[in-house]
Amino acid sequence: MYTAEFTYKKAGSISEAISLLQQHPDAKLLAGGHSLIPTMKLRLASPPALIDISKVAELRGVRLEGDHLVIGAMTTYHELETSDLLKQHCPIIPQAVHLIGDPMVRAKGTIGGSLAHADPAADLPASMLALDAKIKVQGPGGARVIAADNFFTGMFSTAMQEGEILTEVHVPVRAGARMAYAKFPHPASRYAVVGVAVVADGGSVRAAVTGAGEHAMRLSKLEQALAGKPLTAENITAACQGLLPPDHLNHDLVASKEYRAHLVDVMARRALMQAAGL
Amino acid sequence: MADKLFGKAMKRVEDPRFITGTGNYTDDMTLPGMVHAAMVRSPYAHARIKKIDVSKARSYPGVLAVITGQEMKDAGINGIPTGWLHPGIKTPPHYAITFDKARHVGDIVAAVIAETRQIAEDAAELVEVDYEPLPAVALGSDALKPGAPAVHDDVPDNVCFTWSIGDKAAVDAAFASAHKTVKLNLRNNRLVPNAMEPRASLAQYLKASDEYTLWTTSQNPHIHRLLIAAFIMGIPEHKLRVIAPDVGGGFGSKIYQYPEEIIVLYAAKKLNRPVKWTARRSESFVTDSHGRDHETVAEMAVDQSGKITAVRVDTIANMGAYLTTFAPAVPTYLYGCLLAGTYTTPHIYCHVTAPFTHTTPVDAYRGAGRPEATYLLERLVDVMAHELGMDPVEFRRKNLIPPDAFPYQTPVALQYDSGNYEANLDKALELVNYKALRQQQEEWRKQGRYMGIGVITFIEACGLAPSALVGSLGAQAGQWESALVRVMPTGKVEVFTGTHSHGQGHETAFAQVVADELQIPVEDVVLVHGDTGRMPYGWGSYGSRSAPTGLSAIVLATRKIIDKAKKIAAHLLEASPDDIVHEDGKFMVKGVPDKAKTFFDIALMAHLAHNYPADLEPGLEATHFYDPKNFVFPFGTHIAVVEVDPDTGKVKLLRYLSVDDCGPVINPLIADGQVHGGVAQGLGQALLEEAVYDKEGQILSGNFLEYTLPRADDMVQIEHDHTVTPCPHNPLGIKGIGEAGTIASTAAVANAVMDALRPFGIVHLDMPYTPEKVWRAIQATKPLSQAAD
Amino acid sequence: MPDKVQIKVTVNGVEHHNEVEPRLLLVHYLRETLGLTGTHVGCDTSQCGACTVHLDGQAVKSCTMFAVQADGCNLTTIEGLGSAGNLHPVQEGFWEMHGLQCGFCTPGMIMAAVDLLNKNPQPSEAEIRHALEGNLCRCTGYHNIVRAVQYAADKMAGKIGAAADD
Ligand SMILES: Cc1cc2nc3c(=O)[nH]c(=O)nc-3n(C[C@H](O)[C@H](O)[C@H](O)COP(=O)(O)OP(=O)(O)OC[C@H]3O[C@@H](n4cnc5c(N)ncnc54)[C@H](O)[C@@H]3O)c2cc1C
Ligand code: FES
Ligand code: FES
Repeated sequence: MYTAEFTYKKAGSISEAISLLQQHPDAKLLAGGHSLIPTMKLRLASPPALIDISKVAELRGVRLEGDHLVIGAMTTYHELETSDLLKQHCPIIPQAVHLIGDPMVRAKGTIGGSLAHADPAADLPASMLALDAKIKVQGPGGARVIAADNFFTGMFSTAMQEGEILTEVHVPVRAGARMAYAKFPHPASRYAVVGVAVVADGGSVRAAVTGAGEHAMRLSKLEQALAGKPLTAENITAACQGLLPPDHLNHDLVASKEYRAHLVDVMARRALMQAAGL
Repeated sequence: MADKLFGKAMKRVEDPRFITGTGNYTDDMTLPGMVHAAMVRSPYAHARIKKIDVSKARSYPGVLAVITGQEMKDAGINGIPTGWLHPGIKTPPHYAITFDKARHVGDIVAAVIAETRQIAEDAAELVEVDYEPLPAVALGSDALKPGAPAVHDDVPDNVCFTWSIGDKAAVDAAFASAHKTVKLNLRNNRLVPNAMEPRASLAQYLKASDEYTLWTTSQNPHIHRLLIAAFIMGIPEHKLRVIAPDVGGGFGSKIYQYPEEIIVLYAAKKLNRPVKWTARRSESFVTDSHGRDHETVAEMAVDQSGKITAVRVDTIANMGAYLTTFAPAVPTYLYGCLLAGTYTTPHIYCHVTAPFTHTTPVDAYRGAGRPEATYLLERLVDVMAHELGMDPVEFRRKNLIPPDAFPYQTPVALQYDSGNYEANLDKALELVNYKALRQQQEEWRKQGRYMGIGVITFIEACGLAPSALVGSLGAQAGQWESALVRVMPTGKVEVFTGTHSHGQGHETAFAQVVADELQIPVEDVVLVHGDTGRMPYGWGSYGSRSAPTGLSAIVLATRKIIDKAKKIAAHLLEASPDDIVHEDGKFMVKGVPDKAKTFFDIALMAHLAHNYPADLEPGLEATHFYDPKNFVFPFGTHIAVVEVDPDTGKVKLLRYLSVDDCGPVINPLIADGQVHGGVAQGLGQALLEEAVYDKEGQILSGNFLEYTLPRADDMVQIEHDHTVTPCPHNPLGIKGIGEAGTIASTAAVANAVMDALRPFGIVHLDMPYTPEKVWRAIQATKPLSQAAD
Repeated sequence: MPDKVQIKVTVNGVEHHNEVEPRLLLVHYLRETLGLTGTHVGCDTSQCGACTVHLDGQAVKSCTMFAVQADGCNLTTIEGLGSAGNLHPVQEGFWEMHGLQCGFCTPGMIMAAVDLLNKNPQPSEAEIRHALEGNLCRCTGYHNIVRAVQYAADKMAGKIGAAADD
């Protein structure tokens, strides 16, 4: 149960965190710790130093800025789940977060930690893609914004570079959009075997899946099939067929490739039905 | 005197310490100078150990010793024996630390002792073991194939033992002349017990007196002391004290003698420091003895009238890499002897082959053999009923042993002492409203919803059991139980029992009965258990034996106290002992209620002995050793209602109802709680749990991320009731209830799932019914007809 | 060896100052440094919830946090929730409804249940079951745990009077 030894540094600001990262090149950032610490306890990771950014005030909280919401990277799941701003303007986030882990995980885990970690079975990446979120990162060379579509690049890998910190998530506010997340949880770990997020805005649908492949991805076939169509039960059912070919999907004790592919169809249908209020 | 406490739902006296965080579990203890052990375990299922280099670990700051198997063997420490033998059984040695080969993932190859647990774990990573990986075998039937890698060199065919019961010729004849037969190939999935408290052991050696104390997570401290003293370490039995303090659940897994207990005792003497080891959960997964793991061919034959005429069973029971304490008893006497169930089947034959494999040892897990027997029998019954076009309940009813047939001799050795199965079944059917459920099922099917109803009846033999009988069957242990009841001068009472409570609430239920017997307030009674230094020899708690054997011993000891108290009262009241009656908490002369002495008066005088019968010993305490005349035979009906989501294959429990008969219930709160927990464990086997091994003997579901324990939202509120058929041969008529839920619920849930899948023409699937398995089975078929039954 | 870190934490109302190794998990700080052994360790993968304590009023798994992360925080463990004779309604509920058997999961289960009732004073059965997803119990089948939480909710809402004998 003991991790290897490491040096502990607490950052008080983003700039301090960036300079600490420069001083300790092999260090890991510590956010909620709910992905990092379990792997360290099993000694699957043994970073020589941890830089705790969880208490950096400028990284916390949800606010409305013009036509988008800004979510600080260190905002916890619990804060997301209970945020009135999100419930009002972006209900898919509280809804998806409510299905993550358990209340204790939600008390500590953060949106920034989850996106930076890019676990293929994590829940939030699907909603980020469906929402067309922008992810802001900051490093020694300054800040940049990465579209969620370009952020997840592989299993546990993202478009962030060494020394960069994920600071904010920007979510466009879409009045009148209908959105929902449907999840088939792993029976033991409760991570997503398959989770599908859908955002329907006017005649267009953005949909994304997590758990199915190496990283969360858009369901373009579904989006095209529903483009310009009303969200009726018939249209939804017809569209949610064979959304992903099984060949490149994940497989494990709980779900083979074929079964996962099937679950993508079922979860997509359920998310759409819920979004459509059917 | 207040009302009788027997039957009262009294709140538990043990709870205040647990709900305030002041329980005392083994890992909670710290002794002055205490140091810590960490085990170096084989990552391979099968490997030759070519060389172990401990030098780096040994020189790591804070490390006190690195112990190898060779060192312990050279020090004269023997292997760990099994406690049950069959004719011809192979018992290859099981050393606490292996030195020649590793035989399962988790087999210990070295132990590091250090000042702190952190240092011990750090240094364990520095022990360099040169392994030569060898081919391994995980599945029982694979181990029996010609050319399979041998687990033990001196057992080249891997056959630990074979065993059979019943008249094979008669059974074969019954099958030859049967009206109909059914046959099922069944896999009873391997389970990991997962008591929530991981195992822990703390050993102390006192040089001055050459005495050892071992605090350990045990269901039966005396068995540990006996095995360690007489077989493994040669410590004189009176120089070893084994204490099982608060223990966080066992379910069988804490019966057995484990290697780590030997290692900490050895290290404590070697270093002259107390040594503690606590398992990490991932160690528990590969070292706590597993349960079940059968591959079975099961057949049933019926005659024209729908009466079962024969049952034939052939089972491969995986023993794992070594035999642990009761392993050989589980797939034999606790399994084959239960195959009559609640039915009048005249001919039964069961053959068992038990191979070694390169996996964690398999032994008794809650229910032990009886869930396996119940599952196969109740699956056969449902499949046969369907074959015959009969409602499964009516088919059962036709075959139940009638109430006037008791004592009932089964064809597989057991004699059931009492039972009333049909009345119990009827009560359950009425409570669940079976007819309405079947109607609802019909309607749902028309809407494309798949509800399943699983009704099972079961019997169990528990309360282990007559010593002469178990001895004749191979037990290397007695199975009587002891009690010492000690009355103090102030009238307070200590009750010492050889059984052990680790969740079962003995401190409450046993005290209730003692308070009734002695007619004293329950607060005046304390139960002492789990310490070989304090109580008389006893055999511990497993097999639902604590109430029928342990409490029976206590009751008989209290009755000795009362007899003696009457003599003292007679002397004080100047009457004949025959004229003394014990009523309303007093000892009084019959018909003269004002000539009376309280329990306190008697207790005090027994100790002062100032005014005392000349021919009577002073003091007031009594010991009783109770050897039961037979097993006890609880029974019941369990009904599960599930819904299968055909889109995902996910099974959802809708309702669960049980009507149990464990005789008179001492404390319904506790008895019902045992059923609730047992039902969850059985449901876990049916729907969620499986220790999955790959071909190389690696466990793939070796932690809680992969192995699914039932959670709160997998369960529903359980509907529960009783019928009461007392046991005729113990003082209170009580039977066990600790395992009933697990024995029954796996079969009930399995039958419910298969019932739900009937419209798809699916006859049988192996557990656990995971979503993908169910979905695939549905994909492979097309609904025969939405309304089919 | 990396530098030890000075921390200040308030546990059950008592302020503690300690120098700790950065890798010391909060649960080991509580159990070994402070001797508060009511908080248990049931797994090494953050799944079982036996280690649940309250950090600044919220339930967390103390096995999935380093003690240094709790610097400056306020902690409540089972020992600080209520004592015999002055039990918290959730503790009382577990006793009244037989919500525990071996007692090993119980401290974590109680702390999780208190957290639930703090956030949702009148939960439905389904909400109770969902909120306890992070707490494993092998003994009770959760039946009486659910009843214990319902009892506590009623008690806290004033629907139940004083318990019979505590
Ligand atoms: C029992 C349990 C159940 C869980 N169930 C689920 C579930 O159902 N669904 C789900 O999605 N997740 C689940 N999780 C994972 C949980 O959501 C994690 O908390 C989350 O994935 C990581 O967030 P964190 O804040 O804890 O990050 P940490 O663990 O602190 O960090 C994770 C990684 O990201 C890096 N990092 C963190 N913050 C930043 C940043 N701002 N910039 C750059 N890099 C950063 C860290 O260095 C580390 O490598 C579960 C975890 C547990 C323990
Ligand atoms: S000890 Fe299991 S979750 Fe913390
Ligand atoms: S009471 Fe034993 S694990 Fe919950």
